[in-house]
Amino acid sequence: MSQTTSTLPREVAGRAVREHRPARSVNALGRGSGLALGTSLIWFSLLVLIPLAAVVVQATNGGWSGFWHTLTNPQTLAALKLTVGESLLVTALNVVMGTTIAWVLVRERFPGAAILDVVIDLPFALPTIVAGLVLLLLYGPRSPLGIDVANARPAVFLALAFVTLPFVVRTTQPVLEELDRDVEEAASSLGASALTTFRRVILPSLVPAVAAGAALSFARAISEYGSLVLLSGNRPFNTEVASVRIIGYIEGDNLAAASVIASVLLVVALVVIVVLDLIQRRVSRRG
Amino acid sequence: MSIDISHITKRFPSAGSGKEPFVALDDVSLTIPSGRLTALLGPSGGGKSTLLRIIAGLENADSGAVTIEGTDATHLPAQKRNVGFVFQHYAAFKHMSVAKNVAFGLEIRKRPKAEVKQKVDDLLNLVHLTQFADRLPSQLSGGQRQRMALARALAIEPNVLLLDEPFGALDAKVRKELREWLRRLHDEVHVTTIFVTHDQEEALEVADEIVVINEGRVEQVGTPDQLYDAPANDFVMRFLGPTTEINGVLHRPHDIEVFTHPGIAGSIPARVVRELRVGFEVRLTVELLDAAHEEITVTVTRAHHRSLGLRPDLDVWLAPTHGAVVPVMESVTA
Repeated sequence: MSQTTSTLPREVAGRAVREHRPARSVNALGRGSGLALGTSLIWFSLLVLIPLAAVVVQATNGGWSGFWHTLTNPQTLAALKLTVGESLLVTALNVVMGTTIAWVLVRERFPGAAILDVVIDLPFALPTIVAGLVLLLLYGPRSPLGIDVANARPAVFLALAFVTLPFVVRTTQPVLEELDRDVEEAASSLGASALTTFRRVILPSLVPAVAAGAALSFARAISEYGSLVLLSGNRPFNTEVASVRIIGYIEGDNLAAASVIASVLLVVALVVIVVLDLIQRRVSRRG
Repeated sequence: MSIDISHITKRFPSAGSGKEPFVALDDVSLTIPSGRLTALLGPSGGGKSTLLRIIAGLENADSGAVTIEGTDATHLPAQKRNVGFVFQHYAAFKHMSVAKNVAFGLEIRKRPKAEVKQKVDDLLNLVHLTQFADRLPSQLSGGQRQRMALARALAIEPNVLLLDEPFGALDAKVRKELREWLRRLHDEVHVTTIFVTHDQEEALEVADEIVVINEGRVEQVGTPDQLYDAPANDFVMRFLGPTTEINGVLHRPHDIEVFTHPGIAGSIPARVVRELRVGFEVRLTVELLDAAHEEITVTVTRAHHRSLGLRPDLDVWLAPTHGAVVPVMESVTA
């Protein structure tokens, strides 16, 4: 019946056409997937797009001069610099360490490997304030290790490194597991050393996963709050990060200024994610 | 000059503690002549792939020595053996174009750019992939990928080319084409080639020489004709083609003549039980009319079947074809 309808001219079919929409055009989404797409878009908008837009609107409420005024505040600028700088450093460290740990977990057989595999997620799974407490106990004034970095720059780095550790490991691990050993053997039978095989054959397959892990780890690092407030001491111009600065502004009832920092973090995160994606595309194609 | 394998033994630890290790190769000695196409043939798990990987340096033997073209290679790592290896599942470098894959070994050797390009062009031409040079391996069919892998292995001008079940992942038709193509390719390039297969037809069709390996030991070495006509034992006879047993002696089902009348010297009375037509041949299940009432299989051509008027329940007389094959050992005792 719907077939008959679809061959009728529009004006004759009238309402019938509308009632049998799925049959009218073959290329349109099916009813089920159309519903799924609509729901996804609404959910995403409610949860992400609208709040983000609200933040940006709030930030620009004070006009360009208000925006600029907040941004050039020396304390804010120092906090932003510290946050982005330390996050970049920590991400670089994660790229190396995360890949190494993933490699060890996949390729080496050693006692306790299974336990390590589970424990890796702990920094991510812990409530951040608990992570902060753990770090304070370990590296604070009463450190059993004799290492006291409380209220100093290394505290920020340490806290960020702690909470972002799992990202690169967890994105790289499945890719390493899927890697064909044949391919490495082929490279070595063609005369490639272990290092050349890693650089020219393994690395290009890993780069997308490492980049994805790095993006996650950077995004997490610039937004980190709970794990570093206890140990870093939040000293302005020294150990105060952007998220702490945002809290400061909100407590001072300056929502506009808080939104300015939030917008800047948003832009920085976007830029880094795009750059990582570009790098990833280039490296994984080059070989 | 050749590849000499002497007293190679390789054990793999069994899964689960306390068990005996699995012996993949048990004191294997073998000489593989230069410039020939040799097949290592045997059932899976028999040790043939392990032997190939030991020759390539991808696996280390527990004891014994490997000499490639006069050089002791026993302790050389794979990268120094100058051996071309082709894997069952292609082992393509997925992120590199076809041309880049083929160029890999040459670039590692830091050959001049112009030379690399020339050589890659020649090889792609040889394996008929010139128009696919800039594609990625994922854009090729299985057969094309395997030809690319072959070109990649040949690029380094290996002393020996090793192929591990090279057509095992391909469908029957492509398999057959590539098999013939490999034979012709070998006639062109003459590189010493060893390929592993569990398919006796593949070995018989392609190889100059066949080494039958089973349970870590060499059962027999010889040309396809030698193996087929004079199998050293029941295992080789069984592995190279269908067999049927009459009074404890193996025969090929097509090497038994069927008569519909008695009186042929040495013929055995029997009765047709079932028949199954497969293409040009008819497989008869025949019951011997002796004390044991053994059932054996006899194969006749469709035409022969018709001219004899064979049908179930017909009484027939069987006689092994004069001059046909029985295993060497058994023919002495029979």
